[in-house]
Amino acid sequence: MERKFERLQEIIESHQGEVSHLIAILQEVQEEYRYLPEEVLTYIATAMKVSPATVYGVATFYTQFSLIPKGKYVIRVCDGTACHVRGSEPIHFALRENLGLVGGESTTPDMQFTVETVSCLGACGLAPVVVINSDEVHGQTTPESILRAVNKIVSREQQGENKNSSETGCCQNA
Amino acid sequence: MLNSRAELDVLKKKALTEISSMQKRILVCAGTGCVANGSLKVFDLFKQLLAQRPELAVSIELEKEHSQQEISAHTSGCHGFCQMGPLVRIEPRGTLYCKVKPEDVSEIFEEHIINGRVVSRLLYQDDHTHSPIETQDEIPFYKNQLRIALANCGRIDPDDIEDYIAHDGYQSLAKALFEMTPDEVVKEVLDSGLRGRGGGGFPTGRKWLFAREAAGEKKYIICNGDEGDPGAFMDRSVMEGDPHRVIEGMMLAGYAVGADEGYIYVRAEYPLAVKRLRTAVETAGKHGMLGEKILGSGFSFKVNIKEGAGAFVCGEETALIASIEGERGMPRPRPPFPAVSGLWGCPTIINNVETLANLPAIILNGSGWFTNIGTLTSTGTKTFALAGQIAHTGLVEVPMGLTLRKIVFDIGGGLRDNKIFKAVQIGGPSGGCLTKEHLDLPLDYDSLQKVGAMVGSGGMVVMGEDTCMVEVAKFFMGFVQNESCGKCVPCREGSRRMLELLTRIASGSGTEEDLLLLEELALIVKDGSLCGLGKTAPNPVLTTLRYFRSEYEAHVRDKKCPAGVCKDLLDYRIDPSLCRGCGLCKKVCPADAISGVKKEPHRIDPEKCIKCGTCISKCKFGSIVTN
Repeated sequence: MERKFERLQEIIESHQGEVSHLIAILQEVQEEYRYLPEEVLTYIATAMKVSPATVYGVATFYTQFSLIPKGKYVIRVCDGTACHVRGSEPIHFALRENLGLVGGESTTPDMQFTVETVSCLGACGLAPVVVINSDEVHGQTTPESILRAVNKIVSREQQGENKNSSETGCCQNA
Repeated sequence: MLNSRAELDVLKKKALTEISSMQKRILVCAGTGCVANGSLKVFDLFKQLLAQRPELAVSIELEKEHSQQEISAHTSGCHGFCQMGPLVRIEPRGTLYCKVKPEDVSEIFEEHIINGRVVSRLLYQDDHTHSPIETQDEIPFYKNQLRIALANCGRIDPDDIEDYIAHDGYQSLAKALFEMTPDEVVKEVLDSGLRGRGGGGFPTGRKWLFAREAAGEKKYIICNGDEGDPGAFMDRSVMEGDPHRVIEGMMLAGYAVGADEGYIYVRAEYPLAVKRLRTAVETAGKHGMLGEKILGSGFSFKVNIKEGAGAFVCGEETALIASIEGERGMPRPRPPFPAVSGLWGCPTIINNVETLANLPAIILNGSGWFTNIGTLTSTGTKTFALAGQIAHTGLVEVPMGLTLRKIVFDIGGGLRDNKIFKAVQIGGPSGGCLTKEHLDLPLDYDSLQKVGAMVGSGGMVVMGEDTCMVEVAKFFMGFVQNESCGKCVPCREGSRRMLELLTRIASGSGTEEDLLLLEELALIVKDGSLCGLGKTAPNPVLTTLRYFRSEYEAHVRDKKCPAGVCKDLLDYRIDPSLCRGCGLCKKVCPADAISGVKKEPHRIDPEKCIKCGTCISKCKFGSIVTN
């Protein structure tokens, strides 16, 4: 916990604690922890000498910020107008169905996948677009093609797990 | 470091000589769309091939008796023709290769670059004759365009300030600083009739005049790059493809109104634009084009970049200011207008990216040149983002007043998959729908306003007959309801109730009274909301109600969705007389809802079916039907 706050303090100091940099500070902090834990928000408020309500208010206003942890793979289905009319909704449904997300859930219980929609990525020429972890862009997707991409990740993860467990096995033997 | 106008001219000359001495210049598009399609790999391969062939450079050198490297490869900004990407442009001829894959690179290199023979299989093919078209300017998509804001996009390397300077970059700033007074700059922009390209359409010169006359030592220029309108991506394209033009536009504004500091507010969803802008600000600083006493004049200017964090309402001027100040991005009542009291209470000009990108050309060529383009009250050009069910998706910049028909059919190539034109949604969540009867309507601020739509940011989503207008209205209302900041009641509550009504109608449980209530509520939200978001939010509902009322009525009276979109009114069935039992639908169904044995008719389990339509698109026999 101590170390966690150390990094936080560094980020705040790099912005000279300027209140107008609050959004940028939260962005950097979220980059670090993948979400904004409550105690972190309180810490930022105290360090910047503003009320926790101010920090909480900003953190909950912007869609980029998340107060709950997200999965290892964040799948963002673009639901801008162009993607919508080319069928982004079936893709979103198929993903949720396939990953077993029900009700208001957006993250799988094993913390592997988060599925969310985003209003427009500005890549309308590739509609419908799905982005996995902001660097893997899939254009002109179909429910079928995106499930294939997800299954690829799943099997890669499983292989990784097997490899890990066999590696641990090795260590134990040694 | 450039210390005078003369030094800028020397650098321009040097950069131009360098470009013209180049026998071939390879420009690989590195816009968001092309990068997603793998253009960076294509670029790397070109670079590798260049590096592997030093002997080639020598032989060419001997031939032309030149000592400089004669072939160069660069990344460029977005060409706007994203669907055909990755795009590779080869200068000086302006040959455009489409959908270039890594495995095509060596062929282009050997054939075109070395032997000077065009690789026709990678050229764009005419829609009708299917014959290849070699140069970019001859392609119908580009032929009817007039590019001012997008002039350099795809033609220069956005990370290279010298490339920008070679293409008249920073010339208009030099002209303003050394030949014009700030008042003359304001007057030139006023005379040009330039209106805000972000949606409002307010005359830019008038805005500047307010800020110029406003009292205060400190003034700010803000570039609004918070392009939140789903379906519009022209600002992204300019910021990614020609970032120095945006900075030059801001400096012209700064000089005109007496501001020495500017902010560029960019959406966080545009990481590449943020990166290119940061590089541009840094290199401009190193060249002395930003900072103290620019080009030895008395004018100083500094640019900061602020990343948004995902809030559509921040496109609204006062909300954007609140966001830069580090607060929740909620709008404030106007007046006072930002031009009088804006960022930290100082007079502030907020101009949209495309507006700013027009300024260098206006100052350089004069207002008379600009007013010759477009219509009397809407001068110049406008960039539209063509998307949806259209053959050629992309960015098009055309003179104001061009008809919808020209844009959709001549430039956009008509609808894709032979669909029949139904409507165009223009201006995003603030805009409205245009129908067949508007195909010959000139597109300019005033004509669009008359029919209940607006230019907005220029998003233009084309819809075919299989699009349900109730669903479209519901989609936009869902967007607005989600993005409403919650400050004023009409927008916060009104949008929620309107969405509930639309959901009810789309699910088949709506009544005729609901239609009347929806219309009444829409007018209240329009009149009573605090900011532009709420005031324009009902437009999609009002225009679809106006032009497609019968479709709404079919939902409430007959409980039918004529376009076959609204799920609750649909059932997917397999027609046993048509089904051959190939099993393809069963294989592709993401919900495992289809069962059956090979060569016998299959069936869909309505309980499991998520109505995604995957099976319909795969069935070769047309046996899957909806009602």
